[in-house]
Amino acid sequence: MIRHPVFRALFGSKFNAVVTVLMLALFALTVPGLVRWAFGHAVWEAMNRAACVATDTGACWAFIKARFALFFYSVYPEAERWRVHLGLAVLVVIGAGALFSHGRRGWWLLGLLVVVPVVDAILLVGGIFGLTPVPTERWGGLMLNLVISFVALGGAMPIGIALAFGRRSQWPVIRYGSTLLIEFWRGVPLLTVLFMGLVLLPLFLPHGVNVDNLVRALVVMTIFTGAYMAETIRGGLQGVDRGQAEAALALGMHNTQVQLLVVLPQALRLCIPGIINIAVDLFKDTSLVSIVGLFDLMGVVGQSLKDPAWTGLASEGYVFAAVVFFFACLVISLGGSVLERHFSVAPRASKS
Amino acid sequence: MTSLPARVLRAGRIALAAGAAVFLSGAIAKAQVAPPPGPTVEAMKKRGALNCGIDTGVPGFAFQDNKGVWHGIDIDYCRAIAAAVLGDPDKVKYTGTTAAARFTVLQAGEIDVLIRDSTLTFTRSTVLGLDEVAVNFYAGQGFLVRKSVGVTKAAELQGATICVITGATLELNIADFARSTGAKIGTLLFDKPEEAIAAMEAGRCDGYTDDSGSLAGMRSTLKNPDDWFVMPELISKEPLGLHARSGDPRWQKILFWIDNALKSAEEFGVTKANADQLKASSKDPFILRLLGAEGDTGKALGLDETWALRAIKVAGNYGEMYETHFGPKALNLPRGLNNLYTHGGLHYPLPIR
Repeated sequence: MIRHPVFRALFGSKFNAVVTVLMLALFALTVPGLVRWAFGHAVWEAMNRAACVATDTGACWAFIKARFALFFYSVYPEAERWRVHLGLAVLVVIGAGALFSHGRRGWWLLGLLVVVPVVDAILLVGGIFGLTPVPTERWGGLMLNLVISFVALGGAMPIGIALAFGRRSQWPVIRYGSTLLIEFWRGVPLLTVLFMGLVLLPLFLPHGVNVDNLVRALVVMTIFTGAYMAETIRGGLQGVDRGQAEAALALGMHNTQVQLLVVLPQALRLCIPGIINIAVDLFKDTSLVSIVGLFDLMGVVGQSLKDPAWTGLASEGYVFAAVVFFFACLVISLGGSVLERHFSVAPRASKS
Repeated sequence: MTSLPARVLRAGRIALAAGAAVFLSGAIAKAQVAPPPGPTVEAMKKRGALNCGIDTGVPGFAFQDNKGVWHGIDIDYCRAIAAAVLGDPDKVKYTGTTAAARFTVLQAGEIDVLIRDSTLTFTRSTVLGLDEVAVNFYAGQGFLVRKSVGVTKAAELQGATICVITGATLELNIADFARSTGAKIGTLLFDKPEEAIAAMEAGRCDGYTDDSGSLAGMRSTLKNPDDWFVMPELISKEPLGLHARSGDPRWQKILFWIDNALKSAEEFGVTKANADQLKASSKDPFILRLLGAEGDTGKALGLDETWALRAIKVAGNYGEMYETHFGPKALNLPRGLNNLYTHGGLHYPLPIR
């Protein structure tokens, strides 16, 4: 046992041994208490906080249970929630197709970029095909985080690609214009732009012209993400060997074809880790919209703490939000690593 | 002796003047009978909903239940206004507004009225150009302090550290108070009440300050409520109420009189339950006027006759609203200043006649 590599790694040197003992002590101090709080003494069934506190000393998960639906859909009408489920199913099926299919991946990707937005917009907004319209002020909860993430990421891709090429353009106007746009949007904190969009924009618009709150947040998040995307993609473009472009030119392709058909696909492949990074970041940033009056998951959690029946349960609410965000980000990361494996250069190189 | 043509001329002039006077007075009378309801109400009717700006969540004033339905005294006001003006308390679109954005959203016309536990102040009335229509809750800034600190009034807080949430007038009031009394009060700033409370329970500060309406509810959620007490003393006046955009006096009057009707109803014993019955059987002319059985209060506001009756039937009179959200079964906050003037409070509804 003493020779076992794990043991050697933990206790191999004096320093390692001290650190290991300290860490074990830290765990011993905190974990039992946490487990007792979260499970042992937790209360799962109660009408309100007072009943929870009267029952046991641990976490009051009854709070999460009672407002579970609210955390996911906010006040999206109960009778229409199947539309959210169906929309999510469409996204998951087509997304999985794009991740795992062989051969027809292009079609699946096209579906992800065209079919999913159109179908989901119809489902969620309603108003046609006999679907009851659901105004966006009734959207909220985790559903809102997902909608904002998906729209912002989808919209940021073309913006990012355009700006990345723009920044490499040989025409100074386009080059400096793109640089200025990227630097402006990256240089301003997201919260500031959100406030600008939601608070200042209405003052500039003519009176009575109302742009939907959610649309404003979507536009801001999309452009903001687009600026970051541009730099990631530019990095990818620079990573593509110049010989590729030269070879394509030598084959008689003109410049646009070279860039779009030869350079860009290879660049995007190089960018996958960066794009996944942006996606995870973006998903977490969507919770900022709660500060400007939209009720995303964090907004609903914060608001739930204001119901006199449940006030004082901040720990439970935020732990729940953290767990949900963690698993959502985990899914994004796992999806990303699948993409990376499919598109990675190394296996193909080994085949040849 | 004047000549005949001159006399005729004079008679003609008198007749003309008399005719003009009759015409003008008729026009004025007509204006008194049916004034235009104002652009805000017209826009509301066209849209079919009242855009009500509310807090994103504060106990007693605006909060969602497990089903996501809004409750609170501010919500009751939104619903009463919608019932009076549009005839349906459910025709309200709620816009959650943060402390930073609330007035801009109102100025920009995205909401018709802001009912968001917001203090009516000089600056908001003059610099921001808002109409401060009515007070629906008299609050004041108070302190929740640890009993072991051993102080009984705010002036003794010398050297103490108080947890404060930023973004409202709370910090400024403490600074003013410290300046006026010469006491040195340390502050520890937080973004959210739950963060401030957690810090306070962890011993990072000796107390917490907030509007009196929130403090009582806050104390009951602490781990050991008995270790803490709410000081009876308030260091500021916080008349919370309705803000409207300046420039539409008709709308301002409608809001003002709906508030008065809700409070008058309490004064005259008109409740959600007995309003219909009183309208039919009451002998009190004031009640009959209030409920639209007599007089033409509705016409004067550009509404119909039973505007007040509908407003009262939404969540009851002012006292009933208070009872629902702050009474013993809810946050258990004594009425104090929020009682009618007849019971030692400040609510003094103007006569509807």
